[in-house]
Amino acid sequence: MGARVIVITSGKGGVGKTTSTANIAVALAKAGKRVVAVDTDIGLRNLDMVMGLESRVVYNFIDVIEKNCRLNQALVRDKRVENLHLLPAAQTRTKDAVSPAQMAELCEQLRPDFDFVLLDCPAGIEGGFKNAAAGADEALIVTTPEVPAVRDADRIIGMLESMGKSPIRLIINRFRPVMVQNNEMLSQEDILDILAIKLIGIVPEDDSVIKSANRGEPLTFTHNSPAALAYTNIAARILGENVPLLHLDSYRSQGFLASLKKIFGF
Amino acid sequence: MDFLRRLFGGAGTSSAKEAKERLRLVLIHDRTDISPQLLENLRVEMIAVLTKYMDIDESKIEMDLDHDDRAVALVANIPVLRIKRGAALDDDSDAANGSNSSGPMEDKTSPRADSRHNLKSKRRR
Repeated sequence: MGARVIVITSGKGGVGKTTSTANIAVALAKAGKRVVAVDTDIGLRNLDMVMGLESRVVYNFIDVIEKNCRLNQALVRDKRVENLHLLPAAQTRTKDAVSPAQMAELCEQLRPDFDFVLLDCPAGIEGGFKNAAAGADEALIVTTPEVPAVRDADRIIGMLESMGKSPIRLIINRFRPVMVQNNEMLSQEDILDILAIKLIGIVPEDDSVIKSANRGEPLTFTHNSPAALAYTNIAARILGENVPLLHLDSYRSQGFLASLKKIFGF
Repeated sequence: MDFLRRLFGGAGTSSAKEAKERLRLVLIHDRTDISPQLLENLRVEMIAVLTKYMDIDESKIEMDLDHDDRAVALVANIPVLRIKRGAALDDDSDAANGSNSSGPMEDKTSPRADSRHNLKSKRRR
């Protein structure tokens, strides 16, 4: 048995892989699952900061692979919720410090002790991506409704499919319902039509995402903001629950003033 | 102008529509891993091979990748002006080399494109 190993990836940088990893990890742990979030972005580690655990990092996963420490010593336990751990990346090494085979072996090592291993993947399609994807069963693709992000997502989906990962599901991040309504942003239908994969959730654009990263407190801990709700729902869908999509219409401004705004663009 | 378009309910193309159309076009090439340069090289080599056997009207050659739901096909329309008699026997070995050069590329193209199209048709059902 053992953990489901899921890689969170996107191709393009800056679309919200790390934010998604942190929030989904917290939401799964809050649902009572044993979760480890692995930062696979060697040299550019950030998951520790987004999760607010940077001051407690001692070892990293390369220390585990090179046997400088035991796996347990490298795992950082999150004290705010039961059964949530971070396995940090090395900050002073490069992507070629490990091989895909070693990463796959590391995932196997983690599997017995957890229900979920979430791999936060670096941007790009080279070594870092191949390392992160090597040990994964499933994938979550993060994209934004923007042309470059969707194009890169398509490339990554093709690579993951050829590696046999399944299911591969899509998170649309930083979604702006008002822009979509005005036909100035790709809609979820447009994106799904182009990428031809299953959707697992839509995360609306939300200022609280930046504030939560400032503080190192993933939104799903306590927050009630739209993005927090969206991530909690994504975690529930990962657990197989049938949760309907957030009704994003309710975040649209409505009525006469709204249509005036639409016309005059203020 | 932008103001007028909003007032009269989106006359002209919306930027979302434009984004979708541009993505659709660029992904056809991305998914087959064939760049326009590669296609042009293929064209030049194919002409070189064909002209050993026949005179062709180079100005009227049409060549492109054809996509349907399941597969990608290389479709070429090459008008033949005259078949060269006896040429085939002399240049047999060269011709074989020439046609080989397009072989590996075709192998590389099909599986990826196939799987993507399969997926798409599954989704539609």
